[in-house]
Amino acid sequence: MILARILCLLLLLICAACGQDAPWNKVQAQDGKGGSQFVTGSIGEPSNLIPILASDSSSSDISGLVYNGLVRYDKNLKLEGDLAESWEVSANGLEITFHLRRGVKWHDGHDFTSRDVLYTYRVTVDPKTPTAYAEDFKQVQSAQAPDLYTFRVTYAKPFAPALASWGMPILPAHLLEGKDITKSPLSRNPVGTGPYIFKEWVPGQRLALEANPNYWEGAPRLARYVYRIIPDNSTMYMELKAGGVDMMGLSPVQYQRQTTTKEFLARFNKYRYPASAYTYLGYNLRLPMFQDVRVRRAITCAINKEEIIQGVLLGMGQIAHGPYKPGTWAYKSKVESDPGYDPARAQALLREAGYRMGGNGILEKNGKPLSFTIMTNQGNDQRLKCAQIIQMRLKTVGIDVKIRVMEWASFLTNFIDKGKFDAVLMGWTISQDPDLYDVWHSSKTGPKELNFIHYLNPELDRLIVEGRGTFDMAKRRDCYYQIQEILAKDQPYTFLYVPDALPVVTSRIKGIEPAPAGIMHNFIKWYVE
Amino acid sequence: MLVPLLLGITLITFTVIHLAPGEPVEMQTAMSPKASAASRARLREFYGLDKPLHVQYGMWLSNLSRLDFGRSFAPDNRPVLDKIKERIPITISLNVIALILEFGLALPIGIMAAVHRDTLLDRAISVFVFVGFAVPTFWLALLCMYLFGVKLGWLPISGIHSLGSDQWSFWWRSLDLARHLVLPIAIATFGSLAGLSRYMRSTMIEVLSQDYITTARAKGVRERVIIYRHALKNALLPVITLLGFSLPALIGGSVIFETIFSIPGMGQLFYQGVMARDYPLVMGILVIGACLTLIGNLLADLCYALADPRIRHGRG
Repeated sequence: MILARILCLLLLLICAACGQDAPWNKVQAQDGKGGSQFVTGSIGEPSNLIPILASDSSSSDISGLVYNGLVRYDKNLKLEGDLAESWEVSANGLEITFHLRRGVKWHDGHDFTSRDVLYTYRVTVDPKTPTAYAEDFKQVQSAQAPDLYTFRVTYAKPFAPALASWGMPILPAHLLEGKDITKSPLSRNPVGTGPYIFKEWVPGQRLALEANPNYWEGAPRLARYVYRIIPDNSTMYMELKAGGVDMMGLSPVQYQRQTTTKEFLARFNKYRYPASAYTYLGYNLRLPMFQDVRVRRAITCAINKEEIIQGVLLGMGQIAHGPYKPGTWAYKSKVESDPGYDPARAQALLREAGYRMGGNGILEKNGKPLSFTIMTNQGNDQRLKCAQIIQMRLKTVGIDVKIRVMEWASFLTNFIDKGKFDAVLMGWTISQDPDLYDVWHSSKTGPKELNFIHYLNPELDRLIVEGRGTFDMAKRRDCYYQIQEILAKDQPYTFLYVPDALPVVTSRIKGIEPAPAGIMHNFIKWYVE
Repeated sequence: MLVPLLLGITLITFTVIHLAPGEPVEMQTAMSPKASAASRARLREFYGLDKPLHVQYGMWLSNLSRLDFGRSFAPDNRPVLDKIKERIPITISLNVIALILEFGLALPIGIMAAVHRDTLLDRAISVFVFVGFAVPTFWLALLCMYLFGVKLGWLPISGIHSLGSDQWSFWWRSLDLARHLVLPIAIATFGSLAGLSRYMRSTMIEVLSQDYITTARAKGVRERVIIYRHALKNALLPVITLLGFSLPALIGGSVIFETIFSIPGMGQLFYQGVMARDYPLVMGILVIGACLTLIGNLLADLCYALADPRIRHGRG
């Protein structure tokens, strides 16, 4: 009983402290008027702030503000100079020369020079460095730094994705050279050249960055950037409403149903543009059932992609016909061979492939029913719903579909890597460079490689190699247009949709310019009135 | 006795975690177009995963004997002990407060229910504690966050400190921390009342039916004294065992809780460790947990002996 009294007293004390003079009220009031602190929320915590050692998106959110690469994508997704002022590709396409920006300083005051670039290249390809990013740089035959502000790389054969690979953040040689990078304090206390200077990392809670007053593009206008770790999406949404975070990505339900009130729209600005990702249904092409292109085309015909977008994304997405993002230069807007939604045609195709309706409403061929399992990973509700809609649609044409959901690690190890699956419902992120080698080339069908559906097409291989082997944009586009036709004709995947990214930002933040690259491209120009 | 037990525990956990499909390297490089077979091999070698399992276990064990828990297999590659150290204070403080509240509330509630057995009060208490037990905590947490955080604005929603609180005076900072902990602790306590209070109720009922209580009543001892002096002492004995069992629970946090309230505690650390197949981290936390369990059991036995003369004198 005494305890209960103490408890009541404590609660009273805490509530009494909610008065207007409490510091937390002041913080909020100040922010409301124009404190130029920007708070964003993230589900995950960064793992390592030396970019070559991390592959999670949280780490790259922070690295992207602290470091620069030699090149970067501008708001229209075209490559532009970052730490390199300009570059030349030699006539034979084998040599790239970067002319580095002068007068750029590391956050600790050292000059940025070609030595840093050379170091970043060397440490990335060093077999002792446990990095997942060495692959693109391994194509490099030699790298030289002829003077402090010139950097030259030579390739064995022309390699178009090479240019974009130099968007890799450049590391400070003077702090890392000759040391073991895996034990460097920089992984939790990075020093870069970027618009924001790293300030603090409170594990499990937040990271804070401060504007770099000497940034070569001009100091960012938001003085402080706070990255809060909020592992639950619902909690983050409540923090947003309570003013605890300034920006987050909404789910389709939140965008469509929970953020439409006048009050919300007065306090926040919502944005919507296609995300760099697509969801697909991939068929295991080792199975005889799926080796018949008519079956794959029939399944695509039977699936109503628009219905999936309405049901799963509440309309917040676009139909995908191929592996590219709508609006980018490699994307072909009219793919003629795409079958489209046509259940009658699906039935005709299956009939042509030799399937006849069995007694229980399921198609059969040689006594075997047309039945398969769609596998997907646990924890992604959208994929599960997608599979259920597909299951319902395929049933109407006489295909029996089962659904199996599995934990990510065992899904990969026991099923994907061993090729033990019928069909998978998964997604890919779409890289800025349209090269498709890793996912679609027939040499990439080995264990743990990404062409796990075992799609082999010499014509496609030829076009992929041709596309990455030239810097001529017109030629590359031509290759990728043909590739999209082939994929639409063959349907090794049924490409389902490209979802929309749905960020929301408090309306006190001004200067946001939505562009094909999203909204973050001009973050350093954002300001508070 | 403790050492072989501990060895057995580590061996079993080591086996189990290695039996789980997927490897740390795979979790980091899976489905990444940038990772080649060579870079995977490189990562495996870096973590020592290319060696046979018994060698890995031997290495881990010999490091452990020097109290070296190794380095995490997460990309940050930090010492496991550092990662645990930065998370353990908040988890322990939360759990200790919640435990004190739990015992402080559940014991009186249980006694009350036992004394007023089968009355309306008893039933009301049962309903109350079972509601707490049955309501999904994450749902209750979200409702409370919405009410107190968004609608009323009385309490912060998540985290354990306000932004910028590092510049405030000590008292304001402590108060800020307390404000952040009100919701999580209140909800955690509410959810855990059922078990202990029901336990207390049943032991109390049992004791109250004993002969010596009847004797005391016959002597005309006041009911208050009977309950709080004569009965409670004996009814509390089994509770000591429960207290001993709660020792290891002090370092284990609840994943759901910590996730909802964005509390950087042990539950999240362990969950992320398991999901990423971060073997050294998982093993480290399990070993500490196992040690605490063993110590807790030992302490409970000792306290029991101390409290109960029957055990002390070898008569059971």
